[in-house]
Amino acid sequence: MANYSLRVNGQSSDVTIDDPSTPLLYVLEENFQLNGPKFGCGLAQCGSCTVLLDGRPIRSCVTPVSNADGHSVTSLEGLRALEGLPHPDALHPIQEAFVKEQALQCGYCLSGIILVGYAFVRDTPNPTRAEIENALNGVLCRCCTHTRMLDAIQRYARENF
Amino acid sequence: MKTKNLFSLDGAGPLSEKAIEALDHFEASRRDFLKTAGVMMIGFGFGTATAVAQGTTPGTPDNTQVDSWVAIGADESITVFAGKAELGTGLRTLQLQLAAEELSVPMDRINLVLCRSGVTPNQGLTVGSLSTMTQFGTAGLRVALDTARDALYQLASHHLSVPVTELILQDGVFSVNGGEPTHAVSYGQLIQGKRFSLPVNSRAVPNNPSRWKVLGTSVPRVDIPAKAKGTFEYVQNVRVPGMLHGRVVRPPTLGARVQNIDNSVVNGLPGSPQVVRVNDFVGVVADTEWHAIKAAAALASGITWSAGDTFFAQIDLYTYMTKQPSRDSYSVNTGDVDQVMASAHKTITAQYRYPFQMHGSIASSSAVADVRGGTGQTATVKVWSATQGVYNMRTVLSNLLGIPAANIEVLFVEGSGCYGHNGADPATHDAALLSQAVGKPVRVQYSRRDEMTGGEHYGHPMVSNEKVGLDANGMIIAWDYENIWMQRGEGAAIGTAMPGNGIPGALAGFPTAQVIPTTTPTNPTAYNNFSNAIPSYVTGSVNGMSFGTGTIASQRVLNRIVASPLWTAWLRSPDRLQNTFPHESFMDEIAASLKADPVQYRLRHLSDQRFINLVNSVAHSGTWDTRPSPKAGNARTGVVTGRGFSGVLYEGLDGYCAMIAEVSVDQHTGNITVTKVTTGVDTGPVINPNGLRNQMEGQVVQGISRTLFEEVKFDGAVGNITSNDWRSYPVLRFGDGIPEIDTILINNLNAPVTGAGEITITVVAAAIGNAVYDATGVRLRQIPFTPENFLAAKAEQKV
Repeated sequence: MANYSLRVNGQSSDVTIDDPSTPLLYVLEENFQLNGPKFGCGLAQCGSCTVLLDGRPIRSCVTPVSNADGHSVTSLEGLRALEGLPHPDALHPIQEAFVKEQALQCGYCLSGIILVGYAFVRDTPNPTRAEIENALNGVLCRCCTHTRMLDAIQRYARENF
Repeated sequence: MKTKNLFSLDGAGPLSEKAIEALDHFEASRRDFLKTAGVMMIGFGFGTATAVAQGTTPGTPDNTQVDSWVAIGADESITVFAGKAELGTGLRTLQLQLAAEELSVPMDRINLVLCRSGVTPNQGLTVGSLSTMTQFGTAGLRVALDTARDALYQLASHHLSVPVTELILQDGVFSVNGGEPTHAVSYGQLIQGKRFSLPVNSRAVPNNPSRWKVLGTSVPRVDIPAKAKGTFEYVQNVRVPGMLHGRVVRPPTLGARVQNIDNSVVNGLPGSPQVVRVNDFVGVVADTEWHAIKAAAALASGITWSAGDTFFAQIDLYTYMTKQPSRDSYSVNTGDVDQVMASAHKTITAQYRYPFQMHGSIASSSAVADVRGGTGQTATVKVWSATQGVYNMRTVLSNLLGIPAANIEVLFVEGSGCYGHNGADPATHDAALLSQAVGKPVRVQYSRRDEMTGGEHYGHPMVSNEKVGLDANGMIIAWDYENIWMQRGEGAAIGTAMPGNGIPGALAGFPTAQVIPTTTPTNPTAYNNFSNAIPSYVTGSVNGMSFGTGTIASQRVLNRIVASPLWTAWLRSPDRLQNTFPHESFMDEIAASLKADPVQYRLRHLSDQRFINLVNSVAHSGTWDTRPSPKAGNARTGVVTGRGFSGVLYEGLDGYCAMIAEVSVDQHTGNITVTKVTTGVDTGPVINPNGLRNQMEGQVVQGISRTLFEEVKFDGAVGNITSNDWRSYPVLRFGDGIPEIDTILINNLNAPVTGAGEITITVVAAAIGNAVYDATGVRLRQIPFTPENFLAAKAEQKV
């Protein structure tokens, strides 16, 4: 048994986990009851489990909880909290862009698409569509809503930077 | 009866006095009904209501009764019950639009309950691009809503003492044309918390599409904000008090059986793991997901399996298929094909091949089951499942668990996109078997390997043999087609009542339906082009009548089904994609052999005006370059471009689609990139333009993935599926070349509403193959069009 201090979506919590190799994903799902990060493959191949660790996208399905000890974890639900925006339950501007473009079908992959897209746009001024597409290469969308997702991320970049 | 009803209901006439009286005096409390149905939902059934049809399982609403579809509370609440599931295609929003339109209320006033056994009508399976056609048809949601609306008109006429023709209906409130605004009555006041107690009038008249206010508009999907926010509850997120986590341990190879199992390997592991075994079905249950995963890994090391089935090598698949005993039937057979073919000026033949492919859902499948009381008459079951058919699931679970269907509740909870019969049902069967064994609620989520090899029933592979006879003018005078496809389990468990038609039930010892070969194929007694086996260019002749879209009179289509060692089920556009790929590619080959433009040559053999109009619209919008293929002047080395055409009437009745694909081909590497796609549909009146475009765009890109990348790999020498993750089953990604997509919607208000969930993907492979031929002169007859397959075809064809 070990205690881990995590700051999840702006709130600090201690969790007790018996196995330090437990993937962060299961701690977020079971201890924090979050729906945003999702199990897709468990192999870091699809991106559905993506969260931001200290602001950088990681695959929570292969990240041991011990690696997150003392760090800040942001799931899809917590983007507004990460930026300190009011009304943390409302949509973040990048999420609003996905609504405006109706840029999903089943939506299961969105943690990867949105969080990777968010971090890329934040770190890359005036990204081209090709650059965004390249940045998303490691994230799978099986409903194949690719064109709308690119539209949404471009809209977010255009309207917010 | 105080009012004379002038309002004529098509086919039904005014409500009888008896019906009005029934509405006025029905004893049961509608308010209580709503309270139970809308708030609790759990444990609710129609068992004591009048709306239970004779001879059905207790707890099945009667589809012929309005009360099974819609409930209006005295508090003005409106609850609509529907049986078509949201699979990520927007069907929840579409059904809300339909209800809002027909009941003339804003969408946000409607509480839509989808797919719960015992609560919603049994509408079978959500499959086959059929949901819109069903819900807008004469046995679906629309007619129930229209019957309710007509009854409300009658009641309002009665209440306000004016003929229905003088009533104005807005937002669920009736007022009188030119009357005082206070002289009005609402739905809730009219119904007063009672039931309709009315049979559905299958001839009830819908709101005219030309006056649609909610239908026909790009209403944003209601589920998207919560999905974007990350708070949406998928079936993978269902958490039930006291829930344990289960994992299955599948045989390492197909057909392997448990020889010995040593449960002690999990002793002392954290999470109090419990091993479950039912014949060759093996799993483990523990307190958390991670503990279950660790225990499953340990348990796998404690099992001795027998050797698995051995079968053909990957490379021999298509040869093997053509040599097996088969179950044969004709879709059409005019009896004169051999004779006409013999008289032809010229004949052309070609063989096309389509591999096993998988659904490959982005989520690994999950379900929660709570089985109490073991088995038998007093046991109960509740499952949370992303199944495509809650009632079919109820039947299968009843047989699987030995528990009466009346004791089983199936709640649909959305999963990830399934694209057909993915792991949603098998995962539900697994959860139910594990829960039954441990007596507590159990959640199962597959590993990626489980998803791709242990819960997946693959799409049918197909071998297609095409032959036509041409006259001296280059017109086709006879078309002879034979397809051979493989299946195991007659579809899948969900389509039958047999648990053994799916993987978990078969492992647990239930029998699997076999493909019984026939000696003599049967001729059709009715027209059925459900698999798109009949090419678009023949007349579709059955019993001397023409049902098809083309002009060729002499025709024969033979379907042959052979047994598969791999499990199979329906994958998006099942068999229709497999059949349309050869038909639309072959038509291109014929046109090329005659140096004819592929679009013009198609038009010379089409008779269906809607199809012809769509072909012309797409050719016009996509600025089709009218000329024969291959494109003159293209070099046979380096990078070249080309365009290809394809089209079909889906399932012979469910919407038209046509497409132009533009490609770039690197003839040195063999790499094919789709650069632009122009595609149009005529699915009747457009229900939600943005939603329709979303479906079309997704199908274009998914179709590119299936055409260029996807093939299930296996090692027949040991019976092992080797496509077990995203590296060994690559699909299209961002960066692989996402094309520009131009969508064209024919808003055909005079036609019936038809589906759009599968029609576009059906034509993609042929459009790409034809474009590759146009660019390079290389004819691709085998999916997928990988660089290796392109280079092999180029070498073989000596291009």
